[in-house]
Amino acid sequence: MIINGTEIEETFAEAFGMSATRVVITALNFRWARIAGETMTGFATSVIGCGVEAGIEAEIPPNETPDGRPGLSVLLFGMSGKALARQLETRVGQCVLTCPTTAVFAGIEGEKRIPLGKNLRFFGDGYQISKQIGGRRYWRIPVMDGEFLCEESVPRVPAVGGGNFLVLAETQEQALIACERAIEAMRRLPNVIMPFPGGIVRSGSKVGSKYKALMASTNDAYCPTLRGLVQSNLDGGIGAVMEIVINGLSDADVRQATRTGINAVCELGAAGGIRRISAGNYGGKLGQFQFHLWEVMA
Amino acid sequence: MSTLSMRLRSPLSQRIDMSPFTPRRLAGRQGSEIARIPIWLGNRQLECGELFEIDGVAGEEIIIQSESDRLDRIGAGMDGGIIRIEGDAGAYLGRGMRGGSLLLNGNAGSAAGCAMRGGLLRIEGNAGDFLGGAITGERQGMRGGTILLKGNAGDRAGDLMRRGMILIEGDCGDYCASRMIAGTLFVNGQTGSQTGYAMRRGTLITTRVPASMPASFNDNGLQHLNFLTLLGEEIQRHTNFSRIMDRARPPRRWLGDLSCDGKGEILFWD
Repeated sequence: MIINGTEIEETFAEAFGMSATRVVITALNFRWARIAGETMTGFATSVIGCGVEAGIEAEIPPNETPDGRPGLSVLLFGMSGKALARQLETRVGQCVLTCPTTAVFAGIEGEKRIPLGKNLRFFGDGYQISKQIGGRRYWRIPVMDGEFLCEESVPRVPAVGGGNFLVLAETQEQALIACERAIEAMRRLPNVIMPFPGGIVRSGSKVGSKYKALMASTNDAYCPTLRGLVQSNLDGGIGAVMEIVINGLSDADVRQATRTGINAVCELGAAGGIRRISAGNYGGKLGQFQFHLWEVMA
Repeated sequence: MSTLSMRLRSPLSQRIDMSPFTPRRLAGRQGSEIARIPIWLGNRQLECGELFEIDGVAGEEIIIQSESDRLDRIGAGMDGGIIRIEGDAGAYLGRGMRGGSLLLNGNAGSAAGCAMRGGLLRIEGNAGDFLGGAITGERQGMRGGTILLKGNAGDRAGDLMRRGMILIEGDCGDYCASRMIAGTLFVNGQTGSQTGYAMRRGTLITTRVPASMPASFNDNGLQHLNFLTLLGEEIQRHTNFSRIMDRARPPRRWLGDLSCDGKGEILFWD
């Protein structure tokens, strides 16, 4: 398959089942809601080292937030409900509770719930106040700028993590420009985040390593500086490869984001130095979900 | 939806207990069967059919037509369905109800909604003392659900209230929110003397300055409270009270009763 001179490889991205949740952070203005969101989702690129993968999903106008203030939604993905719960509590406690003027609410429906303010309330040292409003329980924790309002718990839902595609370009700059375009388009979509820095990964990995202690190591087949040394997947014209990893609340969301991203990259096409689009997989043996690029782009 | 109608034949000389007549308890019973349900009137036991004209089929809804205020415990313990009362109700209206809707278009006697745990109790007229209070001898009053009172309440509204929400569009008598343990009480009118007496926790919001509060309440100043926006939205779902979050100024907050736990709050706009 060729789109605008860019070859779409007949391969697939392999993704995994994860556990996800969405919280809504509000503040006095968007600036402080964003500061809380960015702080909370910092160091959350990969579950391998960060415990959780998280990102800001969208800004929410005041008339759509629970407390009528500017807000934004944050999606968090963990490998298990327990791991997700631990990370959520830590991150809200250290990054949102501490951030001036903020409040945090559940932003998703589901049956299984994980604690949000349930344990954070103890920061109130006995002066915290519980309020049940509209069937939901909130905690009002006294803090130095007033009260930190926090919903008691938030549902978690099954989700999909690790959807991806690779952009193979002639130069590093061309790969980056194409990926930036893709991220800009994909960030408009609901229910997905691209958890890596700026949404883009330059250190795609393969499973395993020559060093026993490591679970993953550099994806040598796509490293241009190893061409001629290892069994490379890169032909002579490719100078840089970048990857976009997608986590979504459902496989349809990941599929839609993949399609949107690849379309944005292909708008630059061969003229923009984009030679090929590929995807990362483990031979189909590990992940529950497969996103075949030809099907996604059909 | 099938409806059972019960019309009181004549004024009552004594009080009667209406707790057997809830949608769940009457489910599947024929009209003739319902007419044989025993009711005590003073020291005499009568059949329901002697006091009420019964019409319709027992189902989700019961309509009680009465001009007497001697029908006690209407909807007591109900856990679903609807009871509409066209007229007045006696004491203990909706006592311990757990769910469903209890809709009264007249006045209620004392202890309406006492020990309530869930559901909606809506009273179009006035209510007596101890609205949402406790059953005598029990340590907790209302524990859930919503009471919406369009008229005025008597003394000690929300006494020993533990959870849930009471919305009063009119005025309240003395000792409003007395001994309150938790929950939310909103009074759109005036509250009487000793408002919040022995209040431990919970929130009383009133649009006017209370007539008096115990000396053991302290002024906490004007406070911007984020939860009021959520509460305001919830109140709007039930009634067209003035939108508390649209007020330009933050409410003044008093904390007390310091003779007890002292974690209760009274909010009003002065």
